[in-house]
Amino acid sequence: MGAIDFLSYGFIQRALLAGCFIALLCSVLGVILVLRRLSLIGDGLAHITFGSVALGLFLNIFPLYASLPIIVISSLGILKLTEKARLYGDAAIGIVSSFGISAGVLLASVGGGFNVDLFSYLFGNILSISTGEVVTSIALAVVVMFILFFYYDEIFAITFDEEFARASGINTGKINALLFVLTGITVVLTMKVVGIMLTSALLILPAVTSFQMARGFRNALIIASVASVLCVISGIGFSFFFNLPAGASVVLINFLVFVVVFVVKKLL
Amino acid sequence: MQMNVVSANDLCVRYNSVQVLTDLTFSIAQGDYIGLVGPNGSGKSTLIKTILGLIPSSKGILTVFGHDPVKLNHRDVIGYLPQKMNFFNPFFPATVEEIVALGLVSRKKSPAGSGRSQRAAVEKALDMLGISGVRKTLIGDLSGGQQQRAFIARALVNEPQLLILDEPTTALDPEIREQFFGLIQSLNKNARVTVILVTHDIGNIGKYASKLLYLDNRLIFYGSFGEFCDSDRMAHYFGTSSQHIICHKHG
Repeated sequence: MGAIDFLSYGFIQRALLAGCFIALLCSVLGVILVLRRLSLIGDGLAHITFGSVALGLFLNIFPLYASLPIIVISSLGILKLTEKARLYGDAAIGIVSSFGISAGVLLASVGGGFNVDLFSYLFGNILSISTGEVVTSIALAVVVMFILFFYYDEIFAITFDEEFARASGINTGKINALLFVLTGITVVLTMKVVGIMLTSALLILPAVTSFQMARGFRNALIIASVASVLCVISGIGFSFFFNLPAGASVVLINFLVFVVVFVVKKLL
Repeated sequence: MQMNVVSANDLCVRYNSVQVLTDLTFSIAQGDYIGLVGPNGSGKSTLIKTILGLIPSSKGILTVFGHDPVKLNHRDVIGYLPQKMNFFNPFFPATVEEIVALGLVSRKKSPAGSGRSQRAAVEKALDMLGISGVRKTLIGDLSGGQQQRAFIARALVNEPQLLILDEPTTALDPEIREQFFGLIQSLNKNARVTVILVTHDIGNIGKYASKLLYLDNRLIFYGSFGEFCDSDRMAHYFGTSSQHIICHKHG
């Protein structure tokens, strides 16, 4: 089977389309989060998504729609815990994510019948994405990208030096809240691509790959975006031709690209 | 009548529930070059952050260019150089040019903007600090002196009327330090930029600053270096021998 046949399948077209937009989003946010030493927020929010998906299935609400408001509230909760309870980010992420996982396990236990559906979200399956989910993912990705573009300077300033950004008159509280909410939305979208367990990989790996080569902040964003999109495309192709799970394939290819770039950089 | 750049009247500041500054009254006029000195924990950084509008005052009045600093809209009139070690991640993938352009964020008009006037301002700041040749270099790949120049360029890119420098020469070797002080002095003399320089080096700041502001949670002294050295009150406060060492009178 050739590339033309591969691309002729509707489910492949949907997977590539949604996957590329989500990959783009993850890579841009990933660069910012890793530089701000918030790499594991994706992992924490993904655990909360587990709880929200369980709640959606329990209440018979489409999991994507159930997860979005819960994840937005949780993102802001982590931010407030960090600010008000004088906790480091990782402790705040730990508190909220453990609550998410335990709530999910309890709901799964009480609900009983939806365990198979719930566990399918743990590892994702981009190849089963519906047209509605594709449209929702692209729309949300475009909105998030537009917001990131509009606040590019502020986000760059805060990422590099938050105190200087505040002294320059930037409302750092607003921008931080925005960034956490956008990350939450991105995590919800990403669970369909690589699953809850591997969401943070799609945020972290393209970013750290780009840092090996980048010659500037803007350059890092571009390299991470290109690497992320190419890894999603090749991961989907790899999983299709070798009949392997798509999410794990995407993440492993991301990891291999990072290793290759890292080794080549060391050798040069 | 000339407006004060900074004016404090019975200013008190609490930070994390601790009273850090008590009853400060002083004013800084345009063109002043203030050496802000005092022991560790004396409130120097708190005073700077209050002037920058990062910490609100708890009592008294503080104005910067006639406004409450927390509500100051045109922040491009202030250039700020934070203590380098506090924020700097040497692996951050940003070029010198990008770092300098960050200074323009306070007068941002367009999203992700890099308009012609902004590029010209960055160009000018790079030239002034003699770092045009390394504009595309990553900040982490530069020497300590060049990094500091990039951060000074960021503070100067808006051509500010007030320049606040928090221990700017800590990481610099003596030659670069002299160059740095020369540049600040020329900005102060030629462009009438008001300078507030935080330092522990009370002995050397007298060579550059026109006034000394000595803090120890309250205002201990505010006046010229000469007045400080002639002050019986300061002789009593520091002890005569310490005052002589500070003022290089021991020869």
